[in-house]
Amino acid sequence: MGHSRFGDRSDVNLSELSFEAIQPSLETSGLTAKDVPYMALGSMGVWSEEPLPAVVIAEYCGLTGAGLVRCEAACASGSAAAFNAYSAIRSGQMDSALVVGVEKMRQIDTPTVLEMIGRAGYYMWEFENFGMTFPAYYAVHAVQHMAKYGTTEEDLALVAVKNHKYGAMNPLAHLQHEITVEKVLSSSMIAWPLKLYDCCPITDGAAAVVLASEEKVKELKVEDPVWIEAIGVASDTANLSKRETYVGLDASVRASRMAYRMAGISPKDVDVATVHDCFTIAEIMAYEDLGFCEKGEGATMVREGETELGGRIPVNVDGGLKAKGHPIGTTGVSMLAELTKQLREEVKPKMRQAPMKNYIALAHNTGGTGHYGYVTILRR
Amino acid sequence: MMDKSLSLKSARTLQITYNLPISRTSKFWEGLKEGKVYATTCQKCGKLHFPPVADCGDCGSSEVEWTKLDGEGELVTFTEVFVKPASFSKEPSYIVAIARLKEGVKALAWLTGVEREDVNVGMKVKLVAKVTSDGRAVYEFVAV
Repeated sequence: MGHSRFGDRSDVNLSELSFEAIQPSLETSGLTAKDVPYMALGSMGVWSEEPLPAVVIAEYCGLTGAGLVRCEAACASGSAAAFNAYSAIRSGQMDSALVVGVEKMRQIDTPTVLEMIGRAGYYMWEFENFGMTFPAYYAVHAVQHMAKYGTTEEDLALVAVKNHKYGAMNPLAHLQHEITVEKVLSSSMIAWPLKLYDCCPITDGAAAVVLASEEKVKELKVEDPVWIEAIGVASDTANLSKRETYVGLDASVRASRMAYRMAGISPKDVDVATVHDCFTIAEIMAYEDLGFCEKGEGATMVREGETELGGRIPVNVDGGLKAKGHPIGTTGVSMLAELTKQLREEVKPKMRQAPMKNYIALAHNTGGTGHYGYVTILRR
Repeated sequence: MMDKSLSLKSARTLQITYNLPISRTSKFWEGLKEGKVYATTCQKCGKLHFPPVADCGDCGSSEVEWTKLDGEGELVTFTEVFVKPASFSKEPSYIVAIARLKEGVKALAWLTGVEREDVNVGMKVKLVAKVTSDGRAVYEFVAV
């Protein structure tokens, strides 16, 4: 796999940024660009000038001729690309495939980024007249979770503090500094009750992983393969108003149950997880939706350090979307790259390596406000 | 290094305005101008839809009738948007709420005429039609 440095990457264009992830992913898998029969790209791309990024990136990286597709599942586009490539291999048509995520979000101004993402609910009923933003979509979940379960703004801040702690240990992360609860609580209001430090940053970045069939893995003599055990997929209504509650994301519940069933595991078997913490409340809901705890107990998990390294199930010890950054379509692929390193016990620096017992890892990637749900289970 | 990043400003700019087709839900938009908020009821399965639809995704029927909503409801959740999208940049901060109406459907709209400090989950609200100063037919919640 390959993974660019995340952050403000105004120093490179879309293709150059993709190359930073694609070239190492090919080198470490023993393939050359000419060997790749298929590439699935996860990218929203609405902030970049190229409407056909898969084609442009393929040409730049020497992949022309391979089958190509750009997958859209909002913030889960990277996982959608992985599912697409995985399915192509499982069908028997492809023996290997490259999964790439790339996003260059900082090519346009911040209000326009908010505009593009805010439109990504149900434009007609949520944006045209009401100007919903992404922080606002998650804020309505935070408000109901707080009203129903007593979750506090301090609990939300604890998620940010935890993820920044690990982001500070990750040389590829966008925000590599630690923060305090006080700093989160005193940061500027974005969409009440969510403040600046409850929100992930606007980030550029690319990640790539090579998937291959069992046969191809043997042929390539890959020493230490990590296997995709399952990819669970689900969705929820476009209109938030059509959902029963706002204390969780039903698509996460259903995608995770599908993945657990396919992999034949339960949540307690997971050694390490990356969850979709685009906003702090999202991580608390994810603990509950994924079955790491009962509904309403997510805040307790973070209060008691159960998702820290050394806790019951370390979550987002790469900094998460919150500190590592969330280049929309890249995130799902970045999660696979991070968890592959975790499963191989080769995380650098070593201090953010999660201990392995079952060698099972889980990636939870949400598109929109639970519009798209993807849960991937990896095993070494 | 990043401070020294060089970039070109693209010479080609784009301004997009979408046409939003409302032929099949025109009664809804006309109703708003008359002070009424309509939902649609599927004539085959009885499902009440809000926002209104011309086709029932639940049973596949396209036989729907208009049902005027009373508007009374109870607030389910809300937020106040401070950092706004580009096209809302001239608006002061606004409260967006989701409420369950007594007919059973929920709606998402601005809650106006009240400060956020006075807004609570569970409070009574009313969904009302409104024509904005720039002539757009919309709907919003007001506290009751």
